[in-house]
Amino acid sequence: MPDQSLRNRAAVIGVGTTKFGRLPGNDTYDLGAWALREALDDCGLKASDIDGVIVNRIPDYQRFCEAFGLNPRYALMTPGQGRMSGATIELAAMAIAAGMAKTIALVYGNDGRSAGDKYGGETDRYGSGGAGQFFPYGMTSPGAVHAMMFACHMHQFGTTSAQLAAVSVAFRKHAALNPNAVMRKRVTVEDHQESTFVAAPLHILDYCLINDGGVALILTSAERARDAKKPPVYIRGFSQATKLEESALPPEDYWYGPMQAAAKDVYEMAGVKHEDLDALMIYDNFSPTVLFSLEGFGFCKQGEGGDWMQGGRLELGGQFPTNTSGGHLSESYMQGWALNAEAVRQLRGECGERQVKDARLIQYMCAAPLMTSIIYGSDAT
Amino acid sequence: MSNYLKPLPKIDERNRAHWDGAREGRLMMQACDHCAALRYPFSSLCPKCQSTGSSWKEVSGKGQVWSWCVFHRVYFKGFEGEMPYNVVLVKLDEGPRIYSNIIGVDKDKLRIGMRVRAVFDQATDDVTLVKFEEDKS
Ligand SMILES: [Zn+2]
Repeated sequence: MPDQSLRNRAAVIGVGTTKFGRLPGNDTYDLGAWALREALDDCGLKASDIDGVIVNRIPDYQRFCEAFGLNPRYALMTPGQGRMSGATIELAAMAIAAGMAKTIALVYGNDGRSAGDKYGGETDRYGSGGAGQFFPYGMTSPGAVHAMMFACHMHQFGTTSAQLAAVSVAFRKHAALNPNAVMRKRVTVEDHQESTFVAAPLHILDYCLINDGGVALILTSAERARDAKKPPVYIRGFSQATKLEESALPPEDYWYGPMQAAAKDVYEMAGVKHEDLDALMIYDNFSPTVLFSLEGFGFCKQGEGGDWMQGGRLELGGQFPTNTSGGHLSESYMQGWALNAEAVRQLRGECGERQVKDARLIQYMCAAPLMTSIIYGSDAT
Repeated sequence: MSNYLKPLPKIDERNRAHWDGAREGRLMMQACDHCAALRYPFSSLCPKCQSTGSSWKEVSGKGQVWSWCVFHRVYFKGFEGEMPYNVVLVKLDEGPRIYSNIIGVDKDKLRIGMRVRAVFDQATDDVTLVKFEEDKS
């Protein structure tokens, strides 16, 4: 577990998002810069106030900083995998606590839709990049890996695709209330069941939406955050775990073991229990990941997630409103970044029709070969 | 067989024994010279003991379906003519899991735990793929 003294040491003071969708003519640098301008506006800072920059999915930190006119003391880039959004935010919180920088901008740009990203076929580099050995058999894509994991869950626990539909239905309901979401037309369980298969047992409505967009977050120390334009959102706890050995193949336990370890650490560091949480932001590259995360982080017993998600439990007004923006399934696949932005906006009470009333504590979690979780709070208790 | 349009394995010195074996109807897996652990995908280092030496060992070709999925989207043009097609992850009786296809089983009949055995499917003059069929014995 990270040192308990890091609880509430860093806070998010600025968030910026671009439009999401097809944004031709914008590369990842343009999209990142657009988001960063929004984030600076949001917190009332100037580019010269930024002394740390970490870019993600943008291929070159130097070119980005050159274009934006930044000379940060601390600069870094992280690999363009969705699991890295949480890891990058955690790193920034640590860098601030360590005094490496006072105010860090995290900048993400994704031109996946305009660039024609498919996440399958000859260019598939999912996981360890060993996928090429599987191509002769037609095996490719992270979606197919998650389809296999879900087939195991169906077999082992009796979970059904119709139960899984609760995830897509809930997130689309939320997206319908989010003007910036790409897909806003409500769907039903029947729509989910009748939607085409991509890699069965997963339907197209179990898949995230590849789009263009950018997200930026500005973090600073809790002390400095008190002078910011808007109320700070504190990083109250965070954790990480991995299952990288044999990760060219699906994990045998849906990452349950390492998620349990990450859960113990994050709840202990934050001093928070499940029932204290007002909303959840769960990395939803594919809807089974939400099911696995809910079980792994202990919201229900392993194997019971299919049942547990029914009855609107993940919907606004339910016990744990989840991905209130619509998430990757319905807002846009911004690889975890927009979910973290949504957590901040919810805790500030800026979410309009989709606002969770009096939200004070929100947990982000990402299940993947490298898993992370962050608990955000609206006060520094 | 130049009309074979599906992806072919990139055969090199590190994996040639597997593909030579398949042409002879034998399933050859990589075994660590130090701790004997079998490993897949093929690699230069043993993840169990970090040794580099390895040899190729013939295994029974018997195992069971660990999981399955059915592709309805074309990611490789060569598969276009046989959509939808299955991919299975087979757990060999000797331990490792390997990706392959099941032949002769309807997509709605695929099930986890199904006993399977290797069959050898010639793709081109140089390449034979290791596929599986239901083992009813
Ligand atoms: Zn070994």
